[in-house]
Amino acid sequence: MAAQKRTGMTARRRRRLSRAVQYGVFAAVVIAVAALADWGRIADSFLRLDVAADMFPRVWTAFGNTVLYTLLAFVFGMLVGVPIALMRVSGLAAYRWFATVYVEIFRGLPALLVLFLVGFAVPQAFPGVTWPGGVYGQVAIGLGLTSSAYIAESVRAGIQAVPPGQVEAARSLGMSHTRTMITVVLPQALRIVVPPLTNELVLLTKDSSLVFVLGVTTATMELTKFARSELTSTANATPLLVGGLLYLLLTVPLSALARRLENKGDRR
Amino acid sequence: MSDPIVTIRDLHKRFGDNEVLRGIDLDIDEGEVVCLIGPSGSGKSTLLRCVNLLEPPTSGTVRAAGHDMTDPDVELDAARRDIGMVFQHFNLFSHLTILDNVAIAPRRVLKRPRAEAEAEARRLLAEVGVDGKERAKPSQLSGGQQQRVAIARALAMDPALMLFDEPTSALDPELVGEVLSVMKGLAADGMTMLVVTHEMSFAREVADRVVFLDGGVIVEQGPPSTMLTEPETERAQSFLHRVLHPVD
Repeated sequence: MAAQKRTGMTARRRRRLSRAVQYGVFAAVVIAVAALADWGRIADSFLRLDVAADMFPRVWTAFGNTVLYTLLAFVFGMLVGVPIALMRVSGLAAYRWFATVYVEIFRGLPALLVLFLVGFAVPQAFPGVTWPGGVYGQVAIGLGLTSSAYIAESVRAGIQAVPPGQVEAARSLGMSHTRTMITVVLPQALRIVVPPLTNELVLLTKDSSLVFVLGVTTATMELTKFARSELTSTANATPLLVGGLLYLLLTVPLSALARRLENKGDRR
Repeated sequence: MSDPIVTIRDLHKRFGDNEVLRGIDLDIDEGEVVCLIGPSGSGKSTLLRCVNLLEPPTSGTVRAAGHDMTDPDVELDAARRDIGMVFQHFNLFSHLTILDNVAIAPRRVLKRPRAEAEAEARRLLAEVGVDGKERAKPSQLSGGQQQRVAIARALAMDPALMLFDEPTSALDPELVGEVLSVMKGLAADGMTMLVVTHEMSFAREVADRVVFLDGGVIVEQGPPSTMLTEPETERAQSFLHRVLHPVD
């Protein structure tokens, strides 16, 4: 072989060598960073066990609020997003236009701005109007509006992924358009969109950190706000690390679940 | 003789510039088994789908199972209950169990009580020879089993007429027989059937009449004994020759 003559190496040996070099460079970088970092200082700002311990058990209230806000927004997003998705595939042009405009608006606006609108602009513009459920209602609507636009797009894609033969079979049995949607199309579409909806739940978990703009109390604080106020009161960054780990406690399993559901969907 | 159960007059169907059906007249009597044959693209499937208006005709009239299908005021959903349809790719509801596939339309459309609909579904599944699979999902069944379930699903609505759109074309050859034998049983029970098929042996054995379509018109029709052995038109002769002797 020509290549072997030139370098005196087989293809396999060359591959091994290349891999060894890459591992070597990677290890060297890790060691260099570890050696150059001021571990004492880092531990002092991020890993103060006494500061971390002091956060418990109060942090669980904030953790619970993060979960609660996420679920509230998700439920609102589903309740609004699924009908919007149905409108987007409707035969009535007026429904389609409305749904398209709705999706474009709430997908195009920053979630933070929508929260401001719901929390401040609307109550100011319509005096006497209060959102049901106080801050919880504001969160459900404020975060849920944005979420509903994404959910609507996912569900629409799911509806359109249901094979047309399923609809034809249902119609040929005498099912009405609406009956076909409820009995055949939506159940299959929702199965198809479970992975993207799980991802939406991950995004919402993180977006729940925006709730602080509504002005929350100790009882209604979520994780990020809680970690930040601990940061201020202790002048130490450990609370950010604890808060971050608690987010990962929620989002990593959800992402893993979404991946598993996606793979399961492929196999079917 | 009573009125025909299907009456098609001057039926035209156009997809854009492509006129797929160019004036079809066809009557089918109650209890008759009619096989539609013809080259691909001849409009067989489109004609079948125009009978229950899955495909709305461009012009012409269709009466089927006592309903004026092309009347703008027709209650299509009600009319389709009386016209069963079996598809080439089965189209079983993939999220439902086999039992639910058969019981769902009687329950949701005819508002039958669940227990009654399921008992009837079990009976029909036994009739088409798919028992013991009630809790399985469609994807766990063979193609032949799925198509027999699809036939049971259509029968569950107690239709006056059954449409079959190439019911065995998507099946492995060794599974074709089990589906055809269920269809033979149906024909023997007196079901009116309109069947788009490439199975000439089925047509010969079961059909009362064979209709040869080409280029969107009925070129020739007659009893299978003459249609499949000595057709008059040259187009039918050459089509049959190609189907029966594909290697020549």
